[in-house]
Amino acid sequence: MSNIASAFANGKAFIPFITCGDPDLATTAAAVRAAVENGADLIELGIPFSDPTAEGPVIQEANIRALSGGVTTDKIFNLVRDLRRDVTVPFVFMTYVNVVFSYGAERFLSKCKETGVDGLILPDLPFEEKEEFLSVCREKGVDLISMIAPTSEKRIAMIAKEAEGFLYIVSSLGVTGTRSEITTDLSSIIQVVRENTDTPCAIGFGISTPEQAKKMAALSDGAIVGSAIIKLLAEYGDDAPSHIGDYVRAMKEAVIS
Amino acid sequence: MTNPSGRFGIHGGQYIPETLMNAVIELEEAYNHFKEDPDFNKELTELLNEYGGRPSRLYHAKKMTKDLGGAQIYLKREDLNHTGAHKINNVLGQALLAKKMGKTRLIAETGAGQHGVATATAAALLNMECVVFMGEEDTIRQALNVYRMRLLGSEVIPVKTGTATLKDAVSEAMREWTSRISDTHYCLGSVMGPHPFPTIVRDFQAVISKEIKEQMLAKTGRLPDAVLACVGGGSNAIGSFYHFIDDKEVRLIGCEAAGRGIDTFETAATMNTGSVGIFHGMKSYFCQDEYGQIAPVYSISAGLDYPGIGPEHAWLHDIGRAEYVPVTDEEAVCAFEYLSRMEGIIPAIESAHAVSYAMKLAPTMSPDQTIVITISGRGDKDCAAIARYRGEDIYE
Repeated sequence: MSNIASAFANGKAFIPFITCGDPDLATTAAAVRAAVENGADLIELGIPFSDPTAEGPVIQEANIRALSGGVTTDKIFNLVRDLRRDVTVPFVFMTYVNVVFSYGAERFLSKCKETGVDGLILPDLPFEEKEEFLSVCREKGVDLISMIAPTSEKRIAMIAKEAEGFLYIVSSLGVTGTRSEITTDLSSIIQVVRENTDTPCAIGFGISTPEQAKKMAALSDGAIVGSAIIKLLAEYGDDAPSHIGDYVRAMKEAVIS
Repeated sequence: MTNPSGRFGIHGGQYIPETLMNAVIELEEAYNHFKEDPDFNKELTELLNEYGGRPSRLYHAKKMTKDLGGAQIYLKREDLNHTGAHKINNVLGQALLAKKMGKTRLIAETGAGQHGVATATAAALLNMECVVFMGEEDTIRQALNVYRMRLLGSEVIPVKTGTATLKDAVSEAMREWTSRISDTHYCLGSVMGPHPFPTIVRDFQAVISKEIKEQMLAKTGRLPDAVLACVGGGSNAIGSFYHFIDDKEVRLIGCEAAGRGIDTFETAATMNTGSVGIFHGMKSYFCQDEYGQIAPVYSISAGLDYPGIGPEHAWLHDIGRAEYVPVTDEEAVCAFEYLSRMEGIIPAIESAHAVSYAMKLAPTMSPDQTIVITISGRGDKDCAAIARYRGEDIYE
């Protein structure tokens, strides 16, 4: 069993996403600790990319803030190493395939293993292209997380059968960002997922309120929230961690209620 | 040249969000069906000829040849196409394909505005809705083309993210496509992006080299010694090269935008300054830093101001079949002025990059040798910007 499974071992999971280095790495560390202390089950750590094509404006801006603050992949590995002294919940990196490719997949995943990163999400790496990275991920014991989208249709079974860690169910068409309403027929998608795998699945994209999180977690094994947390960082800067802690507590309560 | 998974050597592929996978699979299936369909091809050929103005002329530039004192220079006049550039070749093909697929809406990115204008034109002709994404910086550099697109009935959305240029327009068009797929075709303007786009766009542009070959054989009885074209994403270049790839005696030369020079950061010369990466759906060469962050590239030419290059060019570079040479802003502007005065032909500033390298190459060759330069577009759109570059304060 991968370490990621532990995030889903105690009821529905709440998974916050934080862009590393937004506005600086000290704030990221404090935000991660605040989220974990308030019930986050797994942390998605974003390694910023100059051109994040799957992101809406909120996370795009976080990427720009982080990169202009001088954060690099190496500095983020150092952050993880530091966090691992006291934080035990699973960490999953979310970044773009070029960040891993240019670092060298072998070198990148060795560093993941060494510092304590349990999984990797690459939104621009679909099923057809994953082999190049999957073999290295397996060798280093890092789960390569697959995504399923509202448009996946006949691809759901194929993707679910090879899923590891958890399955990231994309709630809606389009890019990341909060939405007032999620209209995709997620229960049908998740039914096909369940028929093909025991790997837990969590829903992300568009979730911001406790009501939405509760509804999404009820359909699946957990809820993933990015933009709503990034908005707190944009608004409060290095004071954001306490606000993030409060927010995570409310969201965790909603998903397990 | 391409294998079933859309690879050119190690390059190409489909590095896109899961949300778009079925869309590109559907596109590939439709393309594979229609490219063999006689009715589709008949309709497209008629559009290209009767509406687009094909075949384009191959003009023997005798004054320029004499002035440079070397190889005979021929100009492939893609600038004479309807809408003023090679972009229409690809757009008519894709728009017709999209229409056959039941799509009612086209979205496109544009740099210089030529692809946006071509897409807006096809949308008007085929009764389709059209939205064009254009970097805000480029909407200023190419204000006339923004007006043309609006005049043709399209919406133009200025993209303010990143460097507010072509790269960001592509990113934004991709984002838009993930949010609206069922009725929308992303009419990609160059031989880039995820498979099958590099192959589809290449096939629709290959008409350029097909004609060059026929025209050169008719005019000179032999193949050219060198074919030159400018390269951003590389669609007019691959179109100009394609039917010569197996003719090893023909030199294929892509002219990249070096901006203020390849020894500066203000350059867009991907082959000369970039490294292998994965971005905008494809593995290829990109201008990037050691951590894979895409570089904010620069060129005076909005159409070449892109940090990557199509995967087939990356492969032609790897196997040594094509050469890629850098041309600076200053060299391109000099060539823009030179061709205007020498032959009475105002080339697009993009195409002027190829003209510039020909001016260096021709004198090193003998008068019994030939060079074909693809004039990918006309330069009317660039006049105000070049005037400003030369210190003349004129506005459109």
